[in-house]
This record gives sequence, C-alpha cells and structure tokens, in this order.
Amino acid sequence: MAFRLKIVPDNTKIDFFRVQWLTFGLSAFAMVASVVLILTMGLNFGIDFKGGTTIRTESTNDFNVAEYREALNALELGDVSITEVFDPTSGGDEHVAMIRIGTTEGVGSVSQEQLNNVEAALKQVDPEIRFTAVDSVGPKVSSELIKTALYAVGAATLGIMAYIWLRFEWQFSVGAVVALVHDILLTVGLFALLQLRFDLLTVVALLTTLGYSVNDTVVVFDRLRENLIKYKTMPLIDVMNLTVNETLSRTVMTALTTAIALTSMLIFGGDVLRDFIIAMLWGVIVGCYSSVYVAKNIVLWLGVKRDWSKNGPKADPSPFSKAEQP
Amino acid sequence: MLQIDRWKRILIVGLTLLGLALAAPNLFYKRVELHNDAVKAIEATGVETPELIADRAGWPSWMPSGLVNLGLDLRGGAHLLGEVRVADVYKARMDALWPEVRNALAAERQTIGSIRRLPAEDGVLKLEIGNADQMARAVEIVRGFSDPITTLSGAGQQSLAILADGKTITVQLSDAEKAATDQRTVQQSLEIIRRRVDEVGTREPTIMQQGQDRILIQVPGIGSADELKALIGTTAKLTFNPVVAIGSDAAARIEPGQVVLPSQEREGLYYVLEESPVVSGEELVDALPGTDQNGQPSVDFRFNPSGARKFGDFTAANVGQPFAIVLDNEVISAPTIRDAIRGGSGQISGSMGYDEANRLAVLLRAGALPAKMDFLEERTIGPELGQDSIDAGRLSAIIATVAVVAYMIASYGLFGVFASVSVIVNVILILAAMSVLGATMTLPGIAGIVLTVGTAVDANVIIFERIREELRAKKKVVRAIDDGFSEAMSAIIDANVTTFIAAAVMFFLGSGPVKGFAVTMTIGLITSVFTAIFLTRLMIIWWLERRKPKELIL
Repeated sequence: MAFRLKIVPDNTKIDFFRVQWLTFGLSAFAMVASVVLILTMGLNFGIDFKGGTTIRTESTNDFNVAEYREALNALELGDVSITEVFDPTSGGDEHVAMIRIGTTEGVGSVSQEQLNNVEAALKQVDPEIRFTAVDSVGPKVSSELIKTALYAVGAATLGIMAYIWLRFEWQFSVGAVVALVHDILLTVGLFALLQLRFDLLTVVALLTTLGYSVNDTVVVFDRLRENLIKYKTMPLIDVMNLTVNETLSRTVMTALTTAIALTSMLIFGGDVLRDFIIAMLWGVIVGCYSSVYVAKNIVLWLGVKRDWSKNGPKADPSPFSKAEQP
Repeated sequence: MLQIDRWKRILIVGLTLLGLALAAPNLFYKRVELHNDAVKAIEATGVETPELIADRAGWPSWMPSGLVNLGLDLRGGAHLLGEVRVADVYKARMDALWPEVRNALAAERQTIGSIRRLPAEDGVLKLEIGNADQMARAVEIVRGFSDPITTLSGAGQQSLAILADGKTITVQLSDAEKAATDQRTVQQSLEIIRRRVDEVGTREPTIMQQGQDRILIQVPGIGSADELKALIGTTAKLTFNPVVAIGSDAAARIEPGQVVLPSQEREGLYYVLEESPVVSGEELVDALPGTDQNGQPSVDFRFNPSGARKFGDFTAANVGQPFAIVLDNEVISAPTIRDAIRGGSGQISGSMGYDEANRLAVLLRAGALPAKMDFLEERTIGPELGQDSIDAGRLSAIIATVAVVAYMIASYGLFGVFASVSVIVNVILILAAMSVLGATMTLPGIAGIVLTVGTAVDANVIIFERIREELRAKKKVVRAIDDGFSEAMSAIIDANVTTFIAAAVMFFLGSGPVKGFAVTMTIGLITSVFTAIFLTRLMIIWWLERRKPKELIL
C-alpha cells in the first residue's frame, strides 16, 4: 500500500499573505453583505422563535398546494404558509408538506379546536393524509428561546475567548473571536439569503460551527506558538506563512472528513434536519477559510501594532518588531 | 511514548471490549426492550405470565441490557411545556385566611370596631377596621396568623407581609413565603402529573421542572399533545366548602363570598356554597376506599395536622349540616356531618357505589393540580416519522462512516486502517456510554454522532501529519512516531477543550434538542480522545513490535 492520496502536497510554500488585502476585503465584504441581508431580507424564523404551529402532513396522494390553501382559507386562520418538502430518499409515493400557521391574536398557539378544523379540512381534500407531527409554540416561550439562544452563543464565545487568552496571548484570542464572529455572521447571512428555516436547531448548528471553527484556529495557533519559539529571528509574517503551510494538510484533511460525513447526512439524513446540516456544512467551509485567512491576519496586525517586547516577559520577543512593515 | 505497560494495554483493550458489550443490546433493540419491560413487570407485580416469561427469555439476563433511550423525535409521542400559575395559590391562601382573620378580629370588636373586607387584587387581603387608633392591636392579631419561615433562603422572615395605613390593613404573602409557596406548588403539580401519567402506564415519561414555574412533560407513545393535556387535566384545586343551601336554581341569589356550583352527579341540582373553603385537597395526606359501619362504600381520608385542626373545628360547629367536596368547580359529593371529626381522619359516605368510592379515593389521593397550568409549547411527533428519522439517521451514519474510512485509508494506508478502527470503536463507545447513562438519543444527537465521525479523525490526522513531518526530517520510524504523538498532544488538548466549552454552554443554557446534542457531543469528545490517543497508539505499537519496520510510508 504505497499509494497515498494527498490532496495537499508535502512541502507547500504558499504565501497566504500575498493576497491578504484581497481576502480581507472579501471577508469584510461578506460580513457587511450578511448584515445587510439579515436586515433587509430578514430571517425565516421557525415557530421556535416566532410562535405558532406547524403541521407536517404525509400522504401517498399527489399534493396540491392550491387545494390545501383553498381548504385552509375557509378557516380564516390568518398567516398560513404551505410548503412541499422534497426528500430524495423516499420514493415517489410519499408526499410531505409543512403547514405553518402564525400565532393568532391573544392565544399563544393555535387552539385545539382550530387544529381539529385544519385536520378535518385537509382530510376533505385528501382522505389519505396523515399528520405525522404537530408543533405548537406560544409567543411567551419563543421570545425567551431567542434570548437564551443569544446568551448561549455569547457565553460560548466568551468562554472560548477566555481559554485562548489563558493558553496563548490576548492577540490570539482576539483573532480567534474575530474569526468566530466572521463565521457566525456568514452562516446567519446564508440563512437570510436562502431563507432557510432559522430555529433552535440552527442555534445548535451555530454553536457547533463555533466549536469547530475555533478548534481549527487553535490547531494553527498551537503550531504558530511552537514556531515562534523555534524561529526566533524570523519575521512574524514568515513564521505565520510557514505555520499555515505546515498545518494545511491537516486543515484540509479534517475539513474534508467532516464535510464527507455532513454531506452524507445532507443527502441521506431525511428532510427534518436538512437546514441544520446545511448550516453546519457551511460553517465548516467558512470556519476552514477563516482559520487560514482571518484569525492570523488579526494576530499579525495586532502583533505589529503592539511591540511584543514591551508586552510582558516573553522569551526574547525582539525579532517580531521586524515585522512592523509587512 | 511508545512504551505502554502491560496493565495499561489490558485496560485499553478491556475498556474497548466493555464498550462493545454495553453497546450490544442496541443491536437487538426490540428484544431487549421487551425483556426489560417483562423484568420490570414481573418485579412490580410478582406475577409471571407465560408471555412475560417468553419476553424475558428473549435476551439473556447475564448480558447488559441498558439501551439508548430514544427521544420523542425518534420514537414518536407528545411533548408539553406547561407554566404553573403559581399566583393562583396566593389568592387561595388569602381567601382562606379571611374567615380566620375575621373571626379573630370580631372577638375584639369592642376595641377595634367594625371589620370589613375591601376589594383588592388577587392574592391581597385588604381590611378596614372601624377604630383607626386601635390599629396596633388589629395588626398584632393579624400578625398572629403569620409564621416564621423555616426554609434556608427565607430564614428569619415572616410568612405574611402586613401593612397598616390609616384604617386599612393590607395583608399578603411575603416574598420569601411566595418563593417557598411557588416551589411547593410546582413540586406538587409535578407529583400529581407524574401519578396521572404513570396510571396510563406508558414507558418512561419525562416529567421535570424547568426554570422557576414550568413543567416539561414528555410522554413517548401517546397519540397527541391534546390527549396528554386531557390526561393531566387543567383542573383547579380540590376543596371542602360549607353548604349554605341546596336547590335547583342556577341563578339563586347569593351574598358576597358565596358561589353557586352544580352537582356533578345530578343534573339540575345546585349548591350554594361559602366561597372560602374549610380545608383544601393539599392538606390531605391519604385517601382510601372502605366501608362505613353500615357496610356501605365509603372513602376514608386523613388530613395533615393543620387541615385536621380546621376540619375538626368546622365539623364540631356544624354537626347535622352538609359540607361539599368540590372539584373542578363541581360538587362531587355533599355528605352530612354526623359527628365532629377530630384527629384528622374522616370518612365520606353516602349514596355511592364501590366504583365511585374507588374513583373518589384516587381523585383525593392524586389531588387536583394546586394551580392552573398554561401550556406554552405543545409538540406531537407521529411514530412513523420517528421510524423514518431513525432509518435515515442510521443510513446516513453508515454511509458517512464508510466514506470517511475509505478516505482515511486512501490517505494514510495502514495507519488509516488503525484510525478507522478507532472511529468505529468511537461510535460504539458513544452508544455504550449513552446506554449506561440512560442519556436520550435525539435526532440532532444522531447528527452529532455523524459529525463526531467526521471530527473524531481529527486527532489522528494531527498525529499522522506530525509523523509525516518527522519522517520528512529523516528521523527513524520509531522516533518519528514517538515525536509525532508527543508534539501533537498540545494541539489535541487545546482543540478538544475549546469544543468542550461550546458543548458545556449548550448543555447549561440549552433546553430540549440543544441539550440532547450537547450530551452526545460531550460523550463523543471524551470517547474520541480515548480512541484517537490510546487505541490508535496501541494499534501502532503492536504493529511496530511485530513488524519492526525499517521504513514507513505515510
């Protein structure tokens, strides 16, 4: 078994900082674009965050949105959306639809009576229909869920920041956190762009992405720290390039195995988790990019701005001052 | 790094084998489940039916029988999140306090003057006394009803907050007492819901408190959230009230402080009752069906000391009068008091059958919910969807594993095989750990495992890439491997600690699916560190010792 699949050749000497302004511009643009997208298009909040009721229907008969809509319009439920769910793994005999009913005035979720009416009306249209899942969330909980979700993402970021600060230097933790914010923004931006359903599971995906992205960044940082001690006279920018080249093979390899696993989940895992998987897959791609192009750049700039020789009792940090003109 | 003591080797292999054994029952999920249910049923009832014995024989009893607990999204069932209206209890407490305070103050009418209850918001008792200059005395009397609080957090405080202003006294529960009451109300609701759900006998319902005043109820295998709601009931409290009059007029004229309630048994019969109850169901300790001295069905009950005192005083003063047992704003029975019932135990007898006596006893024993519940979240997952999700999850997990294994072997050859074995053992260990801990597997949990398959190789990749580098630096094979492992260690630790932080945050701040995912992720982290560092290393060492390779292509 002498054959070895090597996607990244042995001794790469890519200058990652040659295009740093381009990548920086790209990242900045993507982040701004994400914010704009989130603000203008808004997020397609699921009932976890918006309150309301979703009904999942399955039928062996063909599904016709117009008929469903007509049947439901008669009930005057207000904000109703009907979407067909495509599932490549099921044969042609399974037609799945999601019906979402917004919150009605006063009452948190749709009342049981209304729900029974909905089911009866749909049974009229299609006697074969089955209701495989019904979810109902009141507005009181949904607003709290948003709050705890934000807390969770914030707390995780702080925790990670603190750990990196303790293990490395504050510049590293700033770099890692900027990369994190970058990844989270871009993921949320994608959700706004594609109008994917944003619910509790999406938050889980964001937190996982966060863990994954920082994991990736930390491995690079770890090697960077090692190289900083090893090559005391090399300019910071060169040490960084060397480090990324050394760890590139691992970065790509791990990103690929994770992507392989997620892709199989995306294709064969059914539709219930699809948006969740998309969020994680995108997070892995963005996280991989940000650990190569975002986190270190921040460290480089911070390291440049602040002369490390004045910054605490580091072992002979003077060579880094040479990196002042990158 | 490359020397491992024999006992450590045994430990690593032993843990792996133990994991295999503990995960094994999940391969035969249905059979093991039947076995476990049968064992439980036989233990509970002591009766061995042929079916139960057959079910029990489906799985050898010496094998581990722990199973991964399937979440609702995989098994199907209903999920409810209810909020207990804890403030209901404040109102009930104040309403119950009023007659007692009134009587105590009335005893000193000469000095205090007239006493009147003023309208006030729920949970507040507002009184007006005739002689404002005697306020100090009035407050002293009211204070007599306040008890020092004994809980740790409220120690040194009183149960009632009393405020005097001119001629009015405002009484309400103190904050410490409110907190204690809230906790009690929620605990009581939990207990009652648990009993009711248990009576239906579905498997392993989850009933737990969430936050201050919320209760999460998850019952697998139940058809809909609506069914579950009906089962729990949203009933108000059970009370014993004095009867003022009995008639057939639903719109009978009543005085303030009285209510008209219908009879549960006889249509068209209405009772006029005093609104404030003598005793409420929460003061009951026990209720059992029995027979009275005439051999007629009855219900024997027992109150706690405070309930006993109140019930004793009331019955002593009202012999020959009926009193009403009210549940859900309906009078379920209105027996006549024959004797003063002292000592806290009594008997409800009258025109009832044995079934009725039994039902009444169950109702009294289980009690009604002490306060109403609002349902904030309801979810129903059909069993077919659950099965679909399991199938899809299993399929994607298998494909993911095969693809990752193929890629690892293509990239690292024999070392890729070692890493792959580790990854597969890793998945098995996750299942084993979840079976032992009784952790719940949810749909996002499956996604977590699939993701773990992807990232579990990371530690191995870090090590292998490091070994490659050492080999490129023309180090000897053994040396390269040794250095590779030790150099990679700090990166592996940092990487895993940061992921662990994310998982811990999810666990502590999250609920439902978030928590489930965090559990799987944490377990996956621990097992992947074990397999990637110990198991892979052990395999490599075995290979080194047997082959003593001069060169290594990696």
